[in-house]
Amino acid sequence: MNSPGPAPVPSIDLDAACVDFPIFDAKTRSLKKSVLGRAGGRIGTESKVPIIEALRDITVSLRKGDRVALVGHNGAGKTTLLRLMSGIYEPTRGRAAVRGKVAPVFDLAVGMDPEISGLENILIRGLFLGMTKKQMATRIDDIAAFTELGDYLEMPLRTYSTGMRVRLALGVVTSIDPEILLLDEGIGAVDSEFLAKARDRLNELVERSGILVFASHSDEFLADLCDTAIWMEHGTIKEYGPLREVLHHYKGRDVLAEHYAHREAR
Amino acid sequence: MAVTVDDSSTGRARPVIADAPGSRSWSRAFGDLSQGWKQRALWGHLGWQDIKQRYRRSVLGPLWISISMGVIALGLGLLYSVLFGLPIETFLPHVAVGLLIWNFVSGCTLEGSEVFIANEGLIKFLPAPLSLHVYRLVWRQTLFFLHNLVIWAVLMIVFPHPLGWSLLLAIPAFLLLMLNGGWIAILSGILATRFRDIPPIIASVVQLVFYMTPIVWSVDILSANAAVAERARLVELNPVFHFVEILRRPLLGEPTIWRFWAVVGVITVVGWIVGMLCLRNYRARVAYWV
Repeated sequence: MNSPGPAPVPSIDLDAACVDFPIFDAKTRSLKKSVLGRAGGRIGTESKVPIIEALRDITVSLRKGDRVALVGHNGAGKTTLLRLMSGIYEPTRGRAAVRGKVAPVFDLAVGMDPEISGLENILIRGLFLGMTKKQMATRIDDIAAFTELGDYLEMPLRTYSTGMRVRLALGVVTSIDPEILLLDEGIGAVDSEFLAKARDRLNELVERSGILVFASHSDEFLADLCDTAIWMEHGTIKEYGPLREVLHHYKGRDVLAEHYAHREAR
Repeated sequence: MAVTVDDSSTGRARPVIADAPGSRSWSRAFGDLSQGWKQRALWGHLGWQDIKQRYRRSVLGPLWISISMGVIALGLGLLYSVLFGLPIETFLPHVAVGLLIWNFVSGCTLEGSEVFIANEGLIKFLPAPLSLHVYRLVWRQTLFFLHNLVIWAVLMIVFPHPLGWSLLLAIPAFLLLMLNGGWIAILSGILATRFRDIPPIIASVVQLVFYMTPIVWSVDILSANAAVAERARLVELNPVFHFVEILRRPLLGEPTIWRFWAVVGVITVVGWIVGMLCLRNYRARVAYWV
């Protein structure tokens, strides 16, 4: 085997990656047990911290142009996988290598200060995603226009509805030219008109720059943005392949065919 | 070496990187620090935001930092100078400047132990270097200190002190304090995220250390009393004493004592070594622990 050069940007390579969460209950999380347990000899040793294996043996390689849907039941590990891909969690076993500018849209409330205005929040979020103040200054009008929030951007964020916050977050993320875009469900809170607009913009973005991984329960949205799919179950990849096939197996019927037929009919 | 993964679904073989530095490597630990430093526009902004946030909608705004500090310094300075029968023109500045420095040291220590716990949301939802939160904390405390420095300026006008070129030593002294704030926050922050008993332990120790440090009292008074002069030297066992002295002496125009600088230097080096070891080994675990 010849040794590979640096992976192209953007790329996500997960090799047998595992994510194990230690669950510290009130007792084990305190010093008392480790200190006393050590002093008292062997008694404490079997009271090991219980571990939840949130992800097991995940092996995936994503390259430019990949648009992957993440499907699976609640608790199957979709969000954890997205966090692994974003570099927030480093695998406890196995390897992960992520190259490229990552833009995650997970929880919309995080990284946003409810007391400051929408405009200031746009700036902070942009800085968090690796932009400079100057770069943000040139984009702020574009973002403001995209969000359609107008004068509301001067108001503190606490006065915003959920849908308005989604608009803000999507506006920032789609304007900063990320190379790896990771979207978690929850962006469904916006109205359908805006959704269509966001979809176009996301599509454009993926064509231009890189990798999209999108966790959602909305078949329609997935069909528009993704071409392959990963089906997560109990923390492992159950199936990875073309979107239509995977969705077919996951739902037990060919949902995309129904979706397209429905669209034709309209 | 190359590992090839056969992607059965697409039929394409793709190489997987196997030479990336592991989670527990020095390059990742130092990389964390340098990446955090590159994002200084962000933590610089967030640090200001923290201060503005605290005084949002108040008329005087951040001026309250200086005012509340001034009231405490004036009150304690007057009280103790009367209690001990000391000349107010030297004792009030001694107390006030001591309090300024103490505020910075205790702020870095107390908030340092909570630095990752308090930022749980950001750590779990946005990929960012851990050091970002530490820089933000030290920067915020620095801004507090600079606001409070107004009190020192006022005192120097009201009670003129023989300030000379040694005043310039205040700058490296404060830089050393900032540097130490960094490792304290990294070390105690990581440990406290794993063991949640640490913040209350640190809180009670900090309170105790306040009384053990010559802030509202002075070593000179003790040394002047022959009965306790010998024991007064015990104060040098308190590391915070040295931190306070290296900065307080130039600010009050007192002669420099290089012994204190040496002690602080040693603490800085040892502290950073321990802090970096902790960062190297547990940096990747913090996201799991918060």
